[in-house]
Amino acid sequence: MTGIEANKNTGTKRSDDLAPHKWESRRLINWSSAWPWVSAMVLLLALPVVFPSGSAITIMNQMAITIIFALAYNMLLGQGGMLSFGHAVYMGLGGFFCMHVLNWVEYDGLWLPLPLLPVLGGLFGLAFAFIIGSFSTRRAGTVFAMISLGVGELIAACSIIIVVFFGGEEGVSGDRSMGPEVFGFDFAQQREVYYLIVAWLLISTLAMYLFSRTPIGRITNAVRDNEERAEFLGYSQRHVRWISFCASGFFCGVAGALFAVNLEILTEENLNTTQSGIILLVTFLGGVGFFVGPIIGAIVFTLLQTVLSLYTEIWQLYLGILFVLTVMFFPSGLTGLIAVHIAPWKAGKLGLLAVPYAKLIIPLLAFVLSGAAILEILFHAREASVGDEAMTLYGITFNSHSLLPMIVAVVVAAGSVVIMKRIMPSLKEAWDAASPVSNAP
Amino acid sequence: MSIAEDLQPVQLAVELENLDKSFGLAEIIRNVNLNIETGERHAIIGPNGAGKSTLFNLITGKYAATRGLVRLNGTDISGLKPYEINRMGLSRSFQITNIFPKMTVFENIRCGLLWKMNYRYSFWHLVDRQRDLTERTEEILEQINLSARRDNLAGTLAYAEQRALEIGITIAGGADIIMLDEPCAGMSTSETEYIVGLIRQVTEGKTLVIVEHDMGVIFNLADRISVLVYGEIIATDTPPNIRANASVQEAYLGSSLEEDG
Repeated sequence: MTGIEANKNTGTKRSDDLAPHKWESRRLINWSSAWPWVSAMVLLLALPVVFPSGSAITIMNQMAITIIFALAYNMLLGQGGMLSFGHAVYMGLGGFFCMHVLNWVEYDGLWLPLPLLPVLGGLFGLAFAFIIGSFSTRRAGTVFAMISLGVGELIAACSIIIVVFFGGEEGVSGDRSMGPEVFGFDFAQQREVYYLIVAWLLISTLAMYLFSRTPIGRITNAVRDNEERAEFLGYSQRHVRWISFCASGFFCGVAGALFAVNLEILTEENLNTTQSGIILLVTFLGGVGFFVGPIIGAIVFTLLQTVLSLYTEIWQLYLGILFVLTVMFFPSGLTGLIAVHIAPWKAGKLGLLAVPYAKLIIPLLAFVLSGAAILEILFHAREASVGDEAMTLYGITFNSHSLLPMIVAVVVAAGSVVIMKRIMPSLKEAWDAASPVSNAP
Repeated sequence: MSIAEDLQPVQLAVELENLDKSFGLAEIIRNVNLNIETGERHAIIGPNGAGKSTLFNLITGKYAATRGLVRLNGTDISGLKPYEINRMGLSRSFQITNIFPKMTVFENIRCGLLWKMNYRYSFWHLVDRQRDLTERTEEILEQINLSARRDNLAGTLAYAEQRALEIGITIAGGADIIMLDEPCAGMSTSETEYIVGLIRQVTEGKTLVIVEHDMGVIFNLADRISVLVYGEIIATDTPPNIRANASVQEAYLGSSLEEDG
């Protein structure tokens, strides 16, 4: 039918534009849009084979949970333009609730296979988002942000007071392996938990992606861009925000449930404003304007967090600096940084950038290392115990109280800045040459 | 009033009854009474600051009236939200271009269709797979001559194209009362001609309420004209009668009418 139509109209511009579109929408599964999902699945299945150590799996579990949480957070921030300062609450509440469910399974004989626990966590998060959203989504912008901050603080404060649910300072702990076995798995092993988390990671990510392609998902974008126009198209901006807030709450709850499964303990730390700040940082670092942004942000953040904290006590300072630099220089995040290279790559001009990039990498590295050296020397000189003046950095042992190492670090840092400034013009030139001339009239 | 009109009462699309609107002490709209018939093209003119946009915002629910009533197809709409009024079949454009600049032209139009095509707040449909939605969007793009711009971001269009797009979004939902606030503001003569042709075409068989400064546009397009001066309607009549109306000439039109006539 479509073929005949297309044949009949060949030659007219319109049918040429339309035909491929129609065909695409007919196919049930579209390969060009399915391959990222399939390759992600293969990669996720293969990861524990490549990195079989217990600590690697723990890191990957943490990473997957952070990805779900950050994606859920970006449903608000990126998709809906709602800046929440208290979003850890929905993940934390889902997690606490699931901890109690695990205890009911263990002590009260509740029948629940572990893989279904995230559904309960999600529903709990959704229920809370429904209640809080009923008043917090009336207005966007500052009002929403302030209410989210207030509610976040309120529930974090409650978590110390209401011991029955939050378990006081020591939190709530349990045992995930007490439920019925599923296909012979009791989920006592970290690796079994990995596959459980990965399955939920794929389900949640796909669901959140598809949500963005539904009518409500598109209108969420519309309300973000222009709430007045959306109102005059028949949509209540408040209802639109409320619905996406609830959807976000659901996936936060899923992340909380997986957190409970992974670590078997939840404490006040999991829902306080620090946690809310971290998820904002993760999402922004990755890039709020892209669906994959939070995924990249969560991966980079978790890696930095775990790797940096092995080497330095002041890793949070470095994350903070990275966040500030991102906000200042790359407001579209790491994904935005990658995305700007797509146009030159498609034009086959990416090679033009290789030389200036290669020139830049050495002074940049020198600057990062010497800058870190300055901070580390300062930190050691001030914080190390009295008499402990020897510190080791980059394999060199020296006295942190002597002036020479500091002078070397400052000179290297300043020198690399000067060199980078010299290289910048050639990089800019290369960019101008590599950017395809826009052919829009 | 003629006998024929008595026998067949005119359908009224919009009725304004003793409408007042004050901002603090400033009375912007004073005791406005106006009936706009179904299917007519009704223009509202008046000097700057006469309250035309305020009147628009009262009818579309952006502002609440201080006193008086607004009826839409016979139903009182006082206190209703813009989205509720839109669902009753009224759609509007804005004086300052009001589109979704970060979305493509195609998506802009599609957003205008979602509610009326019953997709509402659905999260169980995928927009890209709804053939009816895609086809209707393409039709409207064709109608407003923006098919070639389909995948461009709306914010990157030329000004006249953005205005055409806004008209497209406004009519997309199939509303039977269309309200356009200065659709030709800031346009060249040829662009104005293009937009007027477009308005004429897309509002065929619908009620049109239009605010416009360009007298050429008004006298060309309108079946009836209301003249608003200092928040009061001083005359409502056909274009020739408005031209001839002495108080209108005195209060507002004067020189510009002579140039036209």
